[in-house]
Amino acid sequence: MNKFDVKELDLHYGDTHALKGINLPIPEKKVTALIGPSGCGKSTLLRTLNRMNDLIENVTIKGDVKLEGKDIYQDRNVAALRMKVGMVFQKANPFPMSIYENVAYGLKAQGIRNKKVLDETVETALRSAALWDEVSDRLNSPAFGLSGGQQQRLCIARTIAIQPDVILMDEPTSALDPIATHKIEELMDELRKKFTIVIVTHSMAQAKRISDKTAFFWMGELVEHGDTEQVFTAPVDERTRGYVNGDFG
Amino acid sequence: MRRRIEDNVALSLIWGGAGMTILFLAWMLWHILSNGLSHVSWEFVSSAYTTIGETSGIFSMIVSTIYMVVLSISIAAPIGIMTALYLTEYAKPGSQLVKIIRFCTESLAGIPSIIYGLFGMTFFVVTLGLGFSILSGALTLAILILPVIIRTTEEALIAVPQSYREASYGLGSSRIYTIWRVILPSAMPGIVTAVILSTGRIIGESAPVFLTAGMVTRIPESVLDSGRTLTVHLYKLTQELFTVNEWNQAYATATVLIILVLAINLLTKLIASRFNKAAY
Repeated sequence: MNKFDVKELDLHYGDTHALKGINLPIPEKKVTALIGPSGCGKSTLLRTLNRMNDLIENVTIKGDVKLEGKDIYQDRNVAALRMKVGMVFQKANPFPMSIYENVAYGLKAQGIRNKKVLDETVETALRSAALWDEVSDRLNSPAFGLSGGQQQRLCIARTIAIQPDVILMDEPTSALDPIATHKIEELMDELRKKFTIVIVTHSMAQAKRISDKTAFFWMGELVEHGDTEQVFTAPVDERTRGYVNGDFG
Repeated sequence: MRRRIEDNVALSLIWGGAGMTILFLAWMLWHILSNGLSHVSWEFVSSAYTTIGETSGIFSMIVSTIYMVVLSISIAAPIGIMTALYLTEYAKPGSQLVKIIRFCTESLAGIPSIIYGLFGMTFFVVTLGLGFSILSGALTLAILILPVIIRTTEEALIAVPQSYREASYGLGSSRIYTIWRVILPSAMPGIVTAVILSTGRIIGESAPVFLTAGMVTRIPESVLDSGRTLTVHLYKLTQELFTVNEWNQAYATATVLIILVLAINLLTKLIASRFNKAAY
């Protein structure tokens, strides 16, 4: 079953044609990796899935982006969409608040004030993000005191806390060292049981390790998509073969 | 060799400039404090102003100044902060309305303060019938400090990392919640700076104040009473320096003004750092 169905999607930034006629199904409870060289449109596509591109001026979007059969650009309730489709960014971006307040932020934004509900959700989310054991004794200390990898896991916990169906990840490990990266990848392996994950990554090794499906982008076009195994071992398109073999990009 | 000479010349000029700045400040402070401090006493700051006898004080001027600061800031800060929020968080950058608001604030900032006084006198004092009063003065000063509050707050808001906004919107928060929980707290030190700068401006102004709030030396009983602020008082004293006692009073008033400004600066810095810590 597909969580997202992207059909004939065209996106322009001003005069730049950033996405050209994209057709991509994103299956439920699987990890889909978007790969390709810088500027190929993979991050742009990711940001159309929770309408983060709305924050940028001069963006025009044509085509369909369907979440469970409903076009997300027809529905005006962007907040509800973003609660369902959470996002983790390239650089860990915790708020200048305590660890607890960071994780509780999304719930409080929905008007949930019940201390018991908040406490429970914060603990569950931190456990799901494999961070609880490291921070349970200092929930009220500032999030900035955590290491880079911990901060990124905190951001994942913050997203899990709003109980989304989908988690979008925009190069979540590109600013992290190999050990921290490994921890996040392990975590993603757990998360895929409960969430649909779409990840943009620069690392082909990472895409190979963690994803079920891979989509390769090239200059705004979706060149090829399919099972990760197939895309890496038996690519159909010449450009995909060149990229996954490391000939360019 | 020539390089080194150029270097040394540049360095001494830079050091000289920095040194002069400190020197002038220290010199002025020493001049005022050495002449004024010995005449500042509890009696001077706590007793009423009289033109006869030796025990004239400035209590009513201190009260008027505090009224003026508190009232002007409470009028201008909400308007200024909301304008800055509109400019940074709501308006489309480069839209016509933004350009108009920018033009207005820049023009307001460039107008000589006595013209605000003239406007305040004709509009607030006469047309609105508020009379020479603390309220007329505060309304006039509120317009005067509005550009400072808008600009400084705007800069503070722009400096809030875009990633905070992305994170908040990414969690499905509304714009108003994002502003309230993330953007305003992060910009608070800058907003406090705006208030400090404005407070200094309000305490420092004389012409627009005596044109709108008058010069009555009694303690104002309400905001509709006239009152004389410290700066206006100092101005008035310097107009009629006949006796040694009046000289001393002028220096003593200047001393109190300087101490007041320093105290406000320290206090607001303290509040700002408290606020920063409270954010965690």
